[in-house]
Amino acid sequence: MEIPYTVSTRPDTGLWNAKVGIWLFLASEMMLFGGLFSAYVFLRLDAEPGYWPHGLLNVPVGTMNTAILIASSVTVVLAWAALKMRQFMRYKIYMGITILCGVIFLAVKLAYEWPQKFEHFGAYLKTEALEKYEPYLGNHHLMEKGLPPRVEITGHLHNRAALNDPNIKEYEIALDPVNADPTNPALDRPHFLYVPPTEKIGTIEKADVERATMFLPTHSAYFASYFTITGLHGLHVLGGVLVFIYLWLPVSTKLYKRNPEHLANRVEVAGLFWHFVDLIWIFVFPLFYLL
Amino acid sequence: MRSYFSGWSMQVPNAQIAVENSRFALEKFTLILSFSFQTMDASTELASRPAHDPHHHDAGHDHHELGFWRKYIISTDHKVIGIQYGISGLIFLLFGFSLMMLMRWQLAYPGQALPIIGNALGHFFGPGSMPDGKMTPEFYNSLGAMHGTIMIFLGIVPLAFAAFGNFVVPLQIGAPDMAFPKVNMASYQAFFVGGVIMLVSFFVPGGAAKGGWTSYTPLAVIADKGEAYHPFFNGQTLWLVGFIFLITSSLLGAINFIATIIQLRAKGMTWMRLPFFVWAQFVTAFLLLLAFPPLEAAIVMQLMDRLAATSFFMPTGLVVNGAAVHVSGGGSPLLWQHLFWFLGHPEVYVLILPGMGIVGEILANNSRKPLWGYKSLVFSVLVIGFLSFIVWAHHMYMTGMGQVIAAFFQTTTLIISIPSVIILSAFFISLWGGSIRFNVPMLFATAFLPMFGIGGLTGIPLAFNSADLYLHDTYYVIAHFHYIVAPGTIFALFAGIYYWFPKATGRVMNEFWGKVHFWPSLICMNVIFLPMFLQGMLGMHRRWYDGGQGWNLANEKVWGLSGFHWNMPISIAAWLMGLAQIPFIINFFWSIKHGKKVNDNPWEATTLEWTAPSPPPHGNFAVAPVAYRGPYEYSLPGHDRDFTMQNEPVQMTERARRAEPEPVHA
Amino acid sequence: MNNPPDVSPDPSEHEQYAHDVAHHVKKYMMVGGTLLAFTALTVFLSYVNFGTQKANVAVAMVVATFKVGLVAAIFMHLSAEKKLIYRILIFASFFVLALFWLTYLAWYDPIHH
Repeated sequence: MEIPYTVSTRPDTGLWNAKVGIWLFLASEMMLFGGLFSAYVFLRLDAEPGYWPHGLLNVPVGTMNTAILIASSVTVVLAWAALKMRQFMRYKIYMGITILCGVIFLAVKLAYEWPQKFEHFGAYLKTEALEKYEPYLGNHHLMEKGLPPRVEITGHLHNRAALNDPNIKEYEIALDPVNADPTNPALDRPHFLYVPPTEKIGTIEKADVERATMFLPTHSAYFASYFTITGLHGLHVLGGVLVFIYLWLPVSTKLYKRNPEHLANRVEVAGLFWHFVDLIWIFVFPLFYLL
Repeated sequence: MRSYFSGWSMQVPNAQIAVENSRFALEKFTLILSFSFQTMDASTELASRPAHDPHHHDAGHDHHELGFWRKYIISTDHKVIGIQYGISGLIFLLFGFSLMMLMRWQLAYPGQALPIIGNALGHFFGPGSMPDGKMTPEFYNSLGAMHGTIMIFLGIVPLAFAAFGNFVVPLQIGAPDMAFPKVNMASYQAFFVGGVIMLVSFFVPGGAAKGGWTSYTPLAVIADKGEAYHPFFNGQTLWLVGFIFLITSSLLGAINFIATIIQLRAKGMTWMRLPFFVWAQFVTAFLLLLAFPPLEAAIVMQLMDRLAATSFFMPTGLVVNGAAVHVSGGGSPLLWQHLFWFLGHPEVYVLILPGMGIVGEILANNSRKPLWGYKSLVFSVLVIGFLSFIVWAHHMYMTGMGQVIAAFFQTTTLIISIPSVIILSAFFISLWGGSIRFNVPMLFATAFLPMFGIGGLTGIPLAFNSADLYLHDTYYVIAHFHYIVAPGTIFALFAGIYYWFPKATGRVMNEFWGKVHFWPSLICMNVIFLPMFLQGMLGMHRRWYDGGQGWNLANEKVWGLSGFHWNMPISIAAWLMGLAQIPFIINFFWSIKHGKKVNDNPWEATTLEWTAPSPPPHGNFAVAPVAYRGPYEYSLPGHDRDFTMQNEPVQMTERARRAEPEPVHA
Repeated sequence: MNNPPDVSPDPSEHEQYAHDVAHHVKKYMMVGGTLLAFTALTVFLSYVNFGTQKANVAVAMVVATFKVGLVAAIFMHLSAEKKLIYRILIFASFFVLALFWLTYLAWYDPIHH
């Protein structure tokens, strides 16, 4: 028993089944990421001044990852075109590059970006303590310029034990440039190049701290959204990569020999999903890395 | 005219008949070899495929007898999957109903030990549920939350949408199966996993989720946490995880339905010749497809809140039990509500539309005339689908929205009642002048009409935020929506089960016991839910385990009858209703093997599923059907029979008659 | 036309077909290059101050929307898709916007000011 219109198109709609199916799925994915983005929007709009950070993510690395994903979108459509032209070796090459790009994207995210965050520390100060730490915050300078205040001191935490030990009463932080030199006008806005924490040590008393954690999802609404959205996006990237691997394996060579158009359709459908994943990232990148 | 009354008859099945009448006569499909769909599908032309090798097996293209496992458990056949969903849905419905019967004890006899079974249940559900047979408040909340969740997502949606949809829709449109059979199977399996997780949640420390089926934050975020609970295997977290599986299942199903209805309609089956049931399922699928994902996003966020201590829904400065909660804050409980109800409202239309579709089919069939106003029915169902996405905040009138936005939602909510009324009116008018026969499906289908009418009309006061100010979270709301789902949708589902049972099994269910099922159910439904309107108006609060002035007031002062506790007769009616389902359960299973055998079209219906054998083989139709006419051509003038099936070609004599101006709207 | 034409099973038509598709390959590469260029642009523009934060966000979103439009129209063949697909997407877009817009209105129009 065969289902009609799996490969050929139905005359009145002009479509084959899986194409209808994948676009329906993408419509639902639009709603899914729409829900996530709406959460981002409301959490960000509701954040008190200074509580939604900027410049905490590595822009060059993020840009590179964006470029990798865009490149993979190009290669997947070239892979599909190669299949339509019945150039199987070319298809395998382009598909292989696509898979590689996807894996690199994930590796950069999971092996570099996220762990970098987990090693970074931030302490939100109590409102009454902001004046005390003015040397690290430079809020007078910011207020003169009409910029939102800084309420957080970030950097590399030297005494990690302080996180869990109530007997240790202060945090010793190798300060980030923006806290080491807060009145420097060059640091009013985040820089393109990532600058690691400086040598300068700042000591913050726990009593002055509202909340202090490593940059984990629990740290702030910003990181909660960042990790959740990039995490879910990453799961989608992984899913796409797995499907591509399946379409690249010998089992697909067999399908190519039997019905090349069927394989081309499957690659097209998987490619549509992949483009959607790229599309989401095109929004995620500026919203989290740049703005 | 054939009589559908059959008395209780004992038939000793002979072995031969028993073999032939196995529920899924898949052995018949070995006879169905010439597959005429090839004429429609250019890809099966020899030029693009190697010659068919008889030993070459595509998935599903299998001439050998399938083993038990492949035939019944991991089947990709839409009929098997439909029945899997159906049986699972009915079991969950019974379970969810039992939870409510337990709750009714607490409401009727608060604080008292449940006799006989109370202690046993207390041991079954674990410590903290019913010590000495007396229900704890936490357990009552669990019962309430899980009753709602299970009835809606494990009971009605799988039964109304997935079970009936899977079994009937491909047959009614003349397709060999769903567009994506493997995805269909995956959809059932995801549902099964989700259901198991939900059931397991009763038996983890702390018991099942307790925050209502709506899981409002921040309560749901902080619930089931602490020393007595496991960080992951607790009721609320399992509820969230189970839900993800259920949503996945619904999304996969929705994609399948829409693609199937668009792509696999038989030749001649134009959109306006589709049975109304298919239209209803089509719109329902769209609702599930587009409304579920934001809730999935919200569930992921609530899971992050619970497991990773994020603050998507945790506001700044939250204090619990006198201590500040150690989260970053900056989140919003309102965000959860918006994302939840964005699904929540379309969900209620998911619950009703398939039922309306089923009722439409049965009304037309048993009044022997076409449905009145087919075009307006289709139009209404499309408008309901569209509008249902922009009414959700009428569940949130009490959250402090401003006047302008509240007025917007009031307006759209009132407008959406119009197509519902159109559908109900069209159904009523469809009966007018018909030759009505009251078999069991028709009893349930006609009962649906006034019951849904009451449910729908009592929703109108709730649409106004000024009235909702008073009625929100009272038993009035419970009565309103239960009238729609319980004597509404569930009756439609019963009607559908009695109606399509012969197609699935080749036998009818017993008519007498069907009526024994129907009448007490109808009476009990009304005794349960009608007084609840009054209780609600007297201020009785939802979800409260005990106490409260409103509760006392509602219990005692109705129509000046002091000292009369309304919760008692309501509870008794609920338990009687449980008893009334027993004949149905026995009838259902007994009739599979011993019901009276009937031909392929016992109801003399017109739609395409009745042209297939009962039960239909794998691939459904020996020759691809062609539709020549509309779905409800009953009582056509000039025909011998009072029904003309959709695949009957139009005769020349008919054409001549049709050329004449018709005095009566057909 | 943005879609390579459907392949014909007739091998003799293949050469012409392969030639047609070659054009599309070039187009895909060019669009890919454009996307990379616009990525660089959006990064650059994010360091330019357009006055208010709202303006900065708007600029970034316009560039992102343009990039997304390119991906959708060319890579996903949307510019040459069938009506049915457009209809599905229009509904989904409408409902996403409704979700954002109505929630925003409900959020920022509370009864207490």
